[in-house]
Amino acid sequence: MLEVKDLHVTVEGSEILKGLTLTINAGEVHAIMGPNGAGKSTLSAVIAGKDGYEVTQGSITFEGQDVLEMEIEERARAGLLLGFQYPVEIPGVKNIYLLKAALNAKREAEGLGEIPAPEFMKLIKEKVASMKMDTSFLQRAVNEGFSGGEKKRNEILQMLVLEPRLAMLDEIDSGLDIDAMKVVADGVNSLRAEDRAILLVTHYQRLLDYIVPDRVHVLVDGRIVKSGDAALALELESRGYDWVQEESAA
Amino acid sequence: MSEDVKTFLDRLAERNAARGPEPTWIAARRQAGAARFEAMGFPHRRVEEWKYTDVRAIARGDFALASDAEFSPASAAALTLPIEAHRLTFVDGVFAPALSRLDELPEGVALMPLSAALEENHEAVGGPLGRLTGVEFSSFAALNTAFMEEGAVLRLAPGTVVEKPIVLQFLSRAGEQAVMSHPRILIQMAGRSEATVIEHHVGQEEAANFTNLVEEIILERGAMLTHYKLQEASLKDLHVASIHVEQARDSRYASCNLNLGGALVRNDLVAELNGQGAETQFNGLFYGQGRQHVDNHTLVNHNAPHTVSRENYKGILDDRAHGVFNGKVIVKRDSQKIEAEQSNANLLLSDRAEIDTKPELEIYADDVKCAHGATTGQLDEEAVFALRTRGLDEQTARGLLTLAFAGEVMEQVNLDVVAERVELAVAGKLPERFNLAGLVEAAVALNEE
Repeated sequence: MLEVKDLHVTVEGSEILKGLTLTINAGEVHAIMGPNGAGKSTLSAVIAGKDGYEVTQGSITFEGQDVLEMEIEERARAGLLLGFQYPVEIPGVKNIYLLKAALNAKREAEGLGEIPAPEFMKLIKEKVASMKMDTSFLQRAVNEGFSGGEKKRNEILQMLVLEPRLAMLDEIDSGLDIDAMKVVADGVNSLRAEDRAILLVTHYQRLLDYIVPDRVHVLVDGRIVKSGDAALALELESRGYDWVQEESAA
Repeated sequence: MSEDVKTFLDRLAERNAARGPEPTWIAARRQAGAARFEAMGFPHRRVEEWKYTDVRAIARGDFALASDAEFSPASAAALTLPIEAHRLTFVDGVFAPALSRLDELPEGVALMPLSAALEENHEAVGGPLGRLTGVEFSSFAALNTAFMEEGAVLRLAPGTVVEKPIVLQFLSRAGEQAVMSHPRILIQMAGRSEATVIEHHVGQEEAANFTNLVEEIILERGAMLTHYKLQEASLKDLHVASIHVEQARDSRYASCNLNLGGALVRNDLVAELNGQGAETQFNGLFYGQGRQHVDNHTLVNHNAPHTVSRENYKGILDDRAHGVFNGKVIVKRDSQKIEAEQSNANLLLSDRAEIDTKPELEIYADDVKCAHGATTGQLDEEAVFALRTRGLDEQTARGLLTLAFAGEVMEQVNLDVVAERVELAVAGKLPERFNLAGLVEAAVALNEE
């Protein structure tokens, strides 16, 4: 589904990713872990198309399409969705506007018409309830004045409505208390499907107690230095990152 | 006398010749207005207050006075705000009883057309009319005084709370001959009375008339008025309004000045905070497109200590539209412990749109809390990116953010019917490339559930 090959990315003149290679297949959940500054967030930002990241070498392909050639919104419509570590507050833009505009943009790209209003209402109410949010959220401005936990729930709510092919979640666990993390994890788990992949970017192992990954990758200094199954995350939890760094340097 | 001025004074002479007998005081005031207008002429751009606003479209016009208030009830109904209200309707300045609703006025409320009040030589009129907005204020105020004969008079007895809003509706007709009207609005609210007034300017799409309003609002101790001015006249209409508010101790005035229509619009809004605890709030939104020119001049006089003013104006300008904002706050020498906040933010959607914004603070007291800021700019690019990562194309993202920019003023609007009307109007005015159709309706539908 997603193939990243030998990716080199420079931000403001310094190289952050230094030859990253990663393959994700449909139905899989991958976790990328690593110490601060390893380039974890850079990878998802580049895939989503954020400004200021220069790809100097390598490629990103999503279902055979060259991602780097696609506009930001085309990536989203193709099913590549990024859940932000720090969701932006957008004063004045109601959640319901965002959800409806986003869903219709996706449907249009798929050759479907606009979603009929009653169907849309039914859909979002159901998804809002599943994230244990109140429908009043829909009339509130996107993320404005939301607590950290509410912002993260809102990111997952968007995923549930938009049903991406590949959901990338950047530090979705940061700033969450245990109850909020369970709600978020339940939301992510409900996204698991045969034809969908999930990429979790995280610093801590605790999220992976709730969302058990198929593959775990350790990102150190711009490269994936070790990959394994869920057991690797536990090992990182008890031993830290240093041994991986030493092992890879050796 | 210049030709411009003569055209208007000739119309006035015709009108005066046709009048029946009247109390002498009103004739004398009209005369004073005419004399002052003749002496001042129309303002030119060398005058600081009119530096950015060219009124030649008015001065060079030849406007008749309407002689009837005919308007098809069906098309009037389509323009009228769908809200339960006490209502006075004027068509090109002429009172339209058939389109008004003055039954069921609660006790303590006097609401009538100015013509009726003048006929009775009503006590509510003689004293205050012209006390706040004198003929010296501007040549438009003088011109209005010279022609004054119609408008709305609202008077509330002490402690009267009017539940339903009071709608003052001004309809503008399209026709071969452009017309002018010089409405006066006089509102006197006695102690602790409360009301909501919605002033609504709207009309036929091709209307190209000139409206020259003077409004005088007197709030006695503890009175509270919420005043919406929704101006969505045709894009050819010319609109000038001078609004003066006098506030006694502990009174509250909240203005929501929403300017969507008009070819040339000039509002002067002045609040005199004369008693401790008086609070005034100016909220404004203007949207200019095509070659619209929208000028808002506001002034708050903190004449007493412990008074508060908060002002927030937002402008959106597209095409070759031109916006002007001038917000002045004057704090008198003994007006300690006052609070004054002012902000004006503008969004330019086109390279050829223009805004001239100028905050002016004059502070002669030393223990005050004042803040002001003016910004003009573009949209938050991080928000544009965030929306695009959800699949919205760039133009729709920008459209939504533009609507959101206006929305911040709409949050101050407590009447859903006004807020939705303006939101739909703004969404409808945004360039088609923004592709917002259907979005706003969704939120309105959710609200209604």
